[in-house]
Amino acid sequence: MFKKFSPSTDIAGHTPVKTSVQRGIRASVLSQWKIEPETLEAIWPKKEGLVHVKCREHISIYTVHGEPLIFQHFDGPFYPTLRLLHKYPYILPMVKVDRGAIRFLLAGAHMMCPGLTSAGGYLPPADAALPAGTPVAIHAEGKEHAVGVGITKLSTEEMRAVNKGVGVETATYLGDDLWALQTL
Amino acid sequence: MAKKGKTPAQDPAPEQAAADPDAPPPPEPVPPVSVIYCAVCTYPPEYCEFGASLTRCKEWLKEEHSDLFDKYYSEEALQTKVGTLSLEAQQKLEKDMAKKEVKAEAKAEAALKKKMASQIIIKRIERTKRKHITSVFGLEAFDIDLKKAAKQFASKFATGASVSKNPQGLDEIVVSGDVSDEILEMIENEVGVLKGIPADNVELVEEKKKKGGE
Repeated sequence: MFKKFSPSTDIAGHTPVKTSVQRGIRASVLSQWKIEPETLEAIWPKKEGLVHVKCREHISIYTVHGEPLIFQHFDGPFYPTLRLLHKYPYILPMVKVDRGAIRFLLAGAHMMCPGLTSAGGYLPPADAALPAGTPVAIHAEGKEHAVGVGITKLSTEEMRAVNKGVGVETATYLGDDLWALQTL
Repeated sequence: MAKKGKTPAQDPAPEQAAADPDAPPPPEPVPPVSVIYCAVCTYPPEYCEFGASLTRCKEWLKEEHSDLFDKYYSEEALQTKVGTLSLEAQQKLEKDMAKKEVKAEAKAEAALKKKMASQIIIKRIERTKRKHITSVFGLEAFDIDLKKAAKQFASKFATGASVSKNPQGLDEIVVSGDVSDEILEMIENEVGVLKGIPADNVELVEEKKKKGGE
C-alpha cells in the first residue's frame, strides 16, 4: 500500500476530524484492536484532535500531533502504523513468517501461505483461528519486533489447508514510505 | 452532550471488564514498549541485516548499544541463524547482501554528487520601474524546508515572501523587494535554516522587463 508514497504528490489534504466522527473511530478501534481504553487514551488523548490526512486511492491516515497513528483503506479496518505497533505489540493478533520470507516482505511482497505454515512460521492455533479480513501483525522468525502489518486474505485454517498463494496481504512494512514518514 | 456520548462508546469494550478484577480499581494505561531504532537505517537493530547498510549499522550498534551488538552479532547468534538454512543458500544470501550494500552505497554517493552539483538561482525580476521581486529557486535540493525559509526571509527583510510554483511547476520562493545580495550573503553565512549550501553553487541572475511590452 505504501511502497511508493510521496507526501508531496499523494496527499490530497489535511482536515481536522469532527468529534462525532472521532467518537466513531475510537469505538471501532476499541472493538477491532485488543487495546484497553486507557491505553488508547494515552496514545490518543481525547482532548487532542485527530487529523485526517486524505491520500490517493482511498487511503486515509489519521495523525495526532502530526504523528501518523492509524490508517485505513476505503472503509476497511483500521491498521496501526508500524511504529505504533512496536510500542504496543499486543494490539493485533500475531502471525509469524519464516526467515526466508523476511527478505521478500521487506521488499513489499504479500505473505504466501507456505512461509506462515512452515517450521519457522506461526499461525494462531485452531481454537483462536482468525477469519479472513483480519488485520494482523506480521512478525518474523527469531525477531522480537513486528516487521509488517497486514490483513488476512484467507482464514488461518484455510491457510493451513490450502498452503498455497497469498495468505496475508501486506499493508505496511519495515522500510516502506510510510515508515520513512515520521511526521506529517 | 459530547461527554455523554463518549462514555458509552468506551464501556462496551470487553477488555475493561476482563481487566478489572485482577487490575487495581483505577486502570492505568499500559506503558509503551520502548524500541531502539538504528540511527543509520531506521530499522530496529535486529533487522539491520536486511538493510542496505549493514556494515555501518554494525559500527553504530557497537558504539551505542554494545549489549545489543553482542546479542545480535555474537558467534552463537550467527550460528542459530544459519541453522535453518543450507550452507549454499546462506552463501548465496551473503553474496546478495554484499552486492546490495555496494549498490546502495553507490546510489547514495551519486545522490550526494547530484546534490552538490545542483544550482541555486537567485533571480532579480523587475516589476515596475524601480520595483523588483527576488525569486530563489533550487533550495529544496539541499533539504531545506521552503516554507520555513520563506518565513525567515519575510521576517528578516520585513517584506512578503511566499512559496509559489514557477511556470515549470517547480517550487520557488518569491520575496518582494530587491534583496538578492542580502540573500546571497545569508546563504554564505548559513543563517537559520539555510544550511549546507556551497556558495559556489549560488548564481545571481537579473531579469529585465522587455521594453516592447509597455
